[in-house]
Amino acid sequence: MNERGTQSQRLTENQSIPPDARPLALQPRWRRDFPIDWEQDEYVSRRELVKFMVLTSAAFAVGQAWLAAKSLLVRRAATPRPLPIATVNELPVGGAKTFFYPEGSTPRLLIRTGPSAFVAYDQQCTHLLCPVVPAIEKNCLHCPCHNGWFDLQTGRPVAGPPQRALAKILLDVERDTVYATGVTEGT
Amino acid sequence: MTVPLDLEFFVDASRCIGCQACVQACSECDTHKGQSMIQLDFMDRARSTQTFPVVCMHCDSPTCAEVCPADAIKRTEDGIVQTARKPRCIACNNCVLACPFGVPKMNTRMNLMMKCDMCYDRTSVGLKPMCASVCPSQALAFGTRAELLALRPHAKPVNSFRFGAQTIRTKVNIMLPASAPLDVVDVTQAMYEPSIGQQPFDDAFMEDVFHRIRPRSKP
Repeated sequence: MNERGTQSQRLTENQSIPPDARPLALQPRWRRDFPIDWEQDEYVSRRELVKFMVLTSAAFAVGQAWLAAKSLLVRRAATPRPLPIATVNELPVGGAKTFFYPEGSTPRLLIRTGPSAFVAYDQQCTHLLCPVVPAIEKNCLHCPCHNGWFDLQTGRPVAGPPQRALAKILLDVERDTVYATGVTEGT
Repeated sequence: MTVPLDLEFFVDASRCIGCQACVQACSECDTHKGQSMIQLDFMDRARSTQTFPVVCMHCDSPTCAEVCPADAIKRTEDGIVQTARKPRCIACNNCVLACPFGVPKMNTRMNLMMKCDMCYDRTSVGLKPMCASVCPSQALAFGTRAELLALRPHAKPVNSFRFGAQTIRTKVNIMLPASAPLDVVDVTQAMYEPSIGQQPFDDAFMEDVFHRIRPRSKP
């Protein structure tokens, strides 16, 4: 009420007069929100703009806090336990196999790049989720949808539309069995 | 920049010779978009040549702004009621119907209510409105009250109008004979008097629409 009082005092006395000629203080609330005088209208417009800016900024701040809290909670989630996904002899060098790790995940891709070298990535391209296929001869993973290319050793995008690396599956080879032991999200 | 409060507008219909100079000049004002917003009304066309230039009276309690549902009509601190603000005006015609002086007109081509703004671009920098600067008989005059009273000692400027229980004071004065008694016009009674040639369609700038509906007969 106070700032409204000073606002009406600040204005010149040559203000428009409501039809019933009563002072502004006795007028209904809507008359202050929809003033006829130019200067008061500018004031209301400025006030509306500031209100919009403050509320929008607050919404952004709350959103950021929510995202931070969510990422903290996800980080606390227990790492899935190791899962046997293949035997060493099952795949020839250059061969590939899909698997799910942890259970219910999106398809993952296990590739044997050498006699004792394995890599595994999420199979979904980080551009528009098409399945990627190995291109061993080029030392790459290829997404045929939009001609995206990922480095076979690191999962990082090297050409085409993808901007983020493929999620990498951590592997462990023990007694001729390949285990998936963890997932590193690509950034 | 504002119009000085001591500068007022004076309309003296008895001086009007119906030359239409004000109508032409109005459309040439830089901010009027080529649209003339002054209306030269005939008082009683069958019996008289008397004309009456109608400009916006610039009320202290503007009914047009009161009825505007889009909050588009604003009055500046110098008492000038401005043309509807283009981003807000929804061309609903409420102001056209509500104004007791019949001033606002709807520009159907622009979907914008346009009314006399006393040539705000000119008067706010110390110039006269276009109509007052061209009027050969000074039926439309712009200046201080003292100036005008010195020039026209037999006239009395009136800027107070009563509509029912509401009294409206205007920035524009109507000049009456100094000896004239105070005349209270009952507007609701006048509603039943015969029309003086004003048709419902006169409330819109609709020349182009008329031509589309009723093409001019070919010669």
